[in-house]
Amino acid sequence: MLLHVEDLATHFFLDEGVLRAVDGVSFDIREAETVALVGESGCGKTIVALSILKLVQWPGRIVRGRILLDGEDLIAVSTERLRQARGGEVGLIFQEPGASLNPVFTIGAQLVEVLRLHRGLTRGEARREAVRLLDDVGIPDANKRFNSYPFELSGGMRQRVAIALAVSGRPKLLIADEPTTALDVTVQAEILKLLRHIQSEYGMAILIISHDIGVVASIAERVLVMYTGRIVEEAPARTLFRAPVHPYTRGLLAATPRLGTGRGTPLAGIPGTVPDLLALPEGCTFHPRCPIGDHGCITDVPVLIELAPNHRCACYKAVPVTADVEREP
Amino acid sequence: MAASGWPDRRAAHALAFAAAMVLLLTWRHERVFAAFATPHVDRWAASLFVLLALPASVALLIYDARRRRNQQARPAAQGRSLLQLAWRRFTANRLAIAAVYVIAVFYLVALMAPIIAGYDPSALEDVLATRYQPPSWAHPFGTDEFGRDLFSRAVYGARVSLSIGLLAMLVAVFVGTLYGAIAGYFSGLVDNALMRLVDVLIAFPTFFLMLMLVGMFEAGIVVLVFILGLTSWTSTARFVRGEILSLKEREFIEGARAIGLPAHLIIARHLIPNAIAPVLVSAAFMVGGMIGAEAGLSFLGIGIRPPTPSWGNMISAGQDALFVAWWIAFFPGCLLALTITAFSLLSDGLRDALDPKTLMRKYL
Amino acid sequence: MGRYILKRLLQAIPLLAGIATITFVMVHLAPGDPMDMYIEQRSQREFDPEVIELLRKKHGLDQPLPVQYVKWIGNVARGDFGESFRYRRPVATLIAERVPYTLQLTALALFFDALIGMTLGILSAVKQYSRTDRIITVGSLVMYAIPGFWLGIMLVLVFSVNLGWFPTSQTRSLDYELLSAPEKLLDRLWHLALPVFVLGVASAAGTARFMRNKLLDVLSEEYVLAARARGLSERAVILHHALRNALIPIVTIYGLALPFLLGGAVLIEKVFAWPGMGLLAVDAIGARDYPVILATSMIAAVLVVLGNLVADVTYALVDPRVSYGGKRLA
Repeated sequence: MLLHVEDLATHFFLDEGVLRAVDGVSFDIREAETVALVGESGCGKTIVALSILKLVQWPGRIVRGRILLDGEDLIAVSTERLRQARGGEVGLIFQEPGASLNPVFTIGAQLVEVLRLHRGLTRGEARREAVRLLDDVGIPDANKRFNSYPFELSGGMRQRVAIALAVSGRPKLLIADEPTTALDVTVQAEILKLLRHIQSEYGMAILIISHDIGVVASIAERVLVMYTGRIVEEAPARTLFRAPVHPYTRGLLAATPRLGTGRGTPLAGIPGTVPDLLALPEGCTFHPRCPIGDHGCITDVPVLIELAPNHRCACYKAVPVTADVEREP
Repeated sequence: MAASGWPDRRAAHALAFAAAMVLLLTWRHERVFAAFATPHVDRWAASLFVLLALPASVALLIYDARRRRNQQARPAAQGRSLLQLAWRRFTANRLAIAAVYVIAVFYLVALMAPIIAGYDPSALEDVLATRYQPPSWAHPFGTDEFGRDLFSRAVYGARVSLSIGLLAMLVAVFVGTLYGAIAGYFSGLVDNALMRLVDVLIAFPTFFLMLMLVGMFEAGIVVLVFILGLTSWTSTARFVRGEILSLKEREFIEGARAIGLPAHLIIARHLIPNAIAPVLVSAAFMVGGMIGAEAGLSFLGIGIRPPTPSWGNMISAGQDALFVAWWIAFFPGCLLALTITAFSLLSDGLRDALDPKTLMRKYL
Repeated sequence: MGRYILKRLLQAIPLLAGIATITFVMVHLAPGDPMDMYIEQRSQREFDPEVIELLRKKHGLDQPLPVQYVKWIGNVARGDFGESFRYRRPVATLIAERVPYTLQLTALALFFDALIGMTLGILSAVKQYSRTDRIITVGSLVMYAIPGFWLGIMLVLVFSVNLGWFPTSQTRSLDYELLSAPEKLLDRLWHLALPVFVLGVASAAGTARFMRNKLLDVLSEEYVLAARARGLSERAVILHHALRNALIPIVTIYGLALPFLLGGAVLIEKVFAWPGMGLLAVDAIGARDYPVILATSMIAAVLVVLGNLVADVTYALVDPRVSYGGKRLA
């Protein structure tokens, strides 16, 4: 097991109260596997990513849980060791292309900095390696681009540089937080292709975080569905798309247009809005929006139950599924 | 949210104020009434204020008690307008509230100077017997080389310093806002011409400019106010122009123009009110700056000239007597520092309350 | 880069012309004729009207205003500010004697400001919401509000009068001429210590506040988080990645610090009897010595223009997004 997250909880201590952004999340990632974490914005996906590297800022704090990377708990290790893990064993890509690039340094300088830190290269070696990396992520004329500033590149190019930076320390796990959301559709496809290429070349695992079911379907082997700081369903991608069990997952899928859907078929949405994380509903937090919930869902919090091998779901109304549960005809 | 039970915050303020007025009346009643026998308008005003303030605060107390009774019957919905939110943020800022108290007390003292000051600020009594007395109960700030009571002079000096600060700020804010709004609204050639003048004026160190003008014009208080105000409006003009330029692109202004509202109405009714938040923030800060500048000029002997007391010229007199009487310079300086700090804190509080960006930063 | 500097220098010329024009306008706005001031300054007795007319002619005051204006601009461009009414010496030489003293004072104060202000600002931002942060924030607010001239007097009271650690005023000790060169330097610094501190402390407080806010803005940027995510040490993140970005706006406020310091220097020079331009200006105002008043204001403005020029050039150097055309690209 590469990464084992167990009962992770990250809370934000605000003047208005305690915001439970992540509240008891557990999952595993195996070597070279691609896992997707999906959910609407504000469900705590990004905070999961930041928590894995202990990057959550004040007033947020990891209040409990374990994050085992190759069996070593990142929450308990020294800052020195944590810094080795950051970038060296786990790479992180952010949503806004270029927002992760320092505007006043050349992209080359930023790459060299990381290469020297994590790979112990000399200045000359680092420069050669940086050019090779830029070339590898598809930057044309890499040798010249080495001296470019971020503002001189397009959005897609900046995201490529950000990927080069994230993988420059040869991490075993790459966390990509909405890597394509801010990009044009055509560029999105290229970036996803690049991620697959990078993965096959370096053999790293990827945790991709997205609200875009299309992105998830095109890349993930396994999917985690998150709602109000908790994981509500976990299944292999194929199973999840064919037979979603949790009513939230079903709603999410029903809200996504798909090729082959006849014209005129209305897109279903999930009624209501994501609840205020400061004032979560009692019991199952999804019950106010749930089409199938009953009284039991208002009083008790459902836990993840294994329905089938590798398929877990946190819902009282969920039944072990064998049949195809398709969307409404 | 509101504190439960009586008195609530507003009632407590009215109560404290009424109590202070009662104390003042019992302490200085003969002075309050004696004022009406004199021909001095300012003494009349101070006495009238003291006499009217008492019934006014009692009336407020009664009104508040009634309002509370009505509210208990029908609790009002929690206000959520932008202004109410800003007000709530402001009142939650303890430093800003403390600053408001300091400013309020200082201005009240200045207003009631003839009642509070124990001595005539320029009375020369038995000079040899009373000069250079260190602080005591009779003379809390001591006496100066002419035996004048420095506390009384500081109280009258507060009148001069505080009113000059406020009035000069009004002049600067008025000119700067109007100038910036016009430049921003018309843009193009007008804007270019107007802003070049600002560029040139900004190049002069403000204090040098004030110095030069005050020196040439033999300034009295009114002229001083205008000189201070007219040398300090450029930064206001700059940011109001910037604000207006960005506001102008917004839809409601386009709409106003589309229905044919004339330019001066668009500027006065739409642009200036929407750019007012930063103006308020800088206005509060500016009062402190003006008070400091006036003190500096008076210290150099060219602002407010003795025997009229101003905190600045009191410090100047104190420097001359530094070796024999430290207290002469000490107290006016403390008052200056306290006042200017209070205005910066007020400005900071207003900025934090009115600008949600800084609030966002608190959490992200 | 050289072309950029040249371009900015050329842009400063109309600004300087504007400054000269405004000074000229101000003389003629002032009540009374400069000639009256001259006479008042020179002599107590009544002048013969004919003599006054002659003097007017001598100083060119009989000519129409536009002619006087052109002459004034021409003279100023050549560095000729006329003759002091009071000292009967060319104003330019008077000022040339005084400028070095003011520059010593302001340059050191600027250095003090940068050193202390930035250090405290960084410390405050890095330890946001800690006790250190609160002390620095409130302390800088108070220090910014305390009038420098009063602080100067109080420090003289404590450190010179009571403790005797520093001189009360003047630029040198009585035995200055007998000292060796390094001793002379030390003596000058000893005399500069209090004035520089008093002049620098308020603007250092301003810098600390500004630095704190800018650094906090930068620290909340995603590229700082990204730098941390790449495993960089906190030191590298703050002192290299964040600070470099926060310094860009700091450079621009140093352009503004100069007028602030020059204004403050007037008061501080008065307190410490420091024979700089400010003291010259104050004395000139007391004596209604017109040419000197105008010249000092102009020189102060020119210094500010030069300061802004330096700030702009530095800005272009530290921010790669500024092209040398002077425009910010992104």
